[in-house]
Formats: sequence, C-alpha cells, structure tokens
Amino acid sequence: MSDIAIIILSTFGAIFILLAAIGFVRMPDTYLRISVTTKAVTLGVGLILASAAIYFDDLSVTSRVLAIILFIILTAPVGAHLIGRASYFLGVGMWKNSVLDELEGKYKENSHVLTSGLEDEEKDKKKKTEKTEEKSSEN
Amino acid sequence: MTIEEYLYYIILPILALSVLLVFYRFVIGPSIADRVVALDLLITIGITLIAMYSIVYDQSTFLDIAMILGLIAFLSTVAFSYYLEKRTKAKGKEKKEKDE
Repeated sequence: MSDIAIIILSTFGAIFILLAAIGFVRMPDTYLRISVTTKAVTLGVGLILASAAIYFDDLSVTSRVLAIILFIILTAPVGAHLIGRASYFLGVGMWKNSVLDELEGKYKENSHVLTSGLEDEEKDKKKKTEKTEEKSSEN
Repeated sequence: MTIEEYLYYIILPILALSVLLVFYRFVIGPSIADRVVALDLLITIGITLIAMYSIVYDQSTFLDIAMILGLIAFLSTVAFSYYLEKRTKAKGKEKKEKDE
C-alpha cells in the first residue's frame, strides 16, 4: 500500500520538476522563467520529499521533511520576488509580446523608490483640505 | 520490480534530465538574473536527488544535508539579488553626478 503511494508521489514530483526544467529552457524572458520555476519546482520538491517521509515511516524523518518543505514554501516566493526586482532594476528586457509594464516610469532610477503616481494627488488633496480648514478658522 | 529499482531506474533519470536542461539555461542564459535563478533551481533539484538517494540507500541521515542545501540556496539568491541591486544603484548615482 505504501509502495503505491511512494510511486505515485515520486512520479508526480519528478514530472513537475521535468516540466519546470522544460519551461525554464523554453520560456521567452526572465520574468516568465522565474514564475514558471518557482511554482512547479516547489510542488515537485514537496511531493518527492513526502514520498521519502512515507518510505521511512519514522517521526524524526517526517519532522525533518516537514521542516524542509515548510522552509522551501516560505523562501521560494521571497527569493523569486527579490531576483525579479533586481532584474527589473538591471534593465532586463521583457518579452516582445508582453502586454503591460505597470512599473514603467513609476520608480526613481537613482534611489529605487517606487511611487504609484497617486502621491501627487494625495498631496494636492491635503493642501486643499488645509486651505479649507484655514478658511473655516478665519471665518 | 522493487520500489528502490523503480526510483533508481525511472525517477532518477528524469531528475538528471531536468538538471541537464537547467544547466543548459545556466550556460546560455542571456542575463545574469537567469544564471542566479538557474543556480537556485539546480540546488533545489539537488535536494530531490538527495531525497531519492536516501531512499535507494536506506540512509535517512542524507536528509540533513538536503535541509542545509535549502538554506544555502535561499541565502545565495538573497545575497546575489542584494548585490545586483546595489550595483545598479551605484551606476545610477554615477550617472546623476555626471549629469550634474
């Protein structure tokens, strides 16, 4: 019974990792590659480590495996976000068929400070409210 | 066919093939970010290879090394992206000074 579970889990895990590797070679730009690999490899590693936990059927091994899976699930998105951010600042180009670059013109090249474009409107609003308050106090 | 044989002759070759594919991207990768992601991916697939070998040779202690590898993969990605971003910042500052 446990043999079947091990075979199913390890096969699916290996297939997911193979698909991630193929996607990593085939995808047209860096950001798509990051997105493909992070998701599929996290799932594949989780499944294969789960098969190892079933094989040993031991509390110490299971806890170790759970620690590894938890750690990978926690760190993979963080690492992907960091390297994606760094590659955007490096000026890595997007795919020519990409539709939208929402960050374009919204960060300062020197300080890497991001702005949404809404800050100026908020400032204007604050000024207006201050003015109206002054007026009301004068009255 | 025992379970060890199945893992040894079918799962391990699939994982090895994916390692080769990732290494191909590591060699040709046009930008440095691709190479960093490929390195991270190679280590992550290495974790699964270690898990498979720990089943085949019935040694559960191999999994400790897998845990350490996971830690190192994350640290290396963070360090690489931190210094890459710092480099672009320094370049931007130089540009600003030149413009002024």
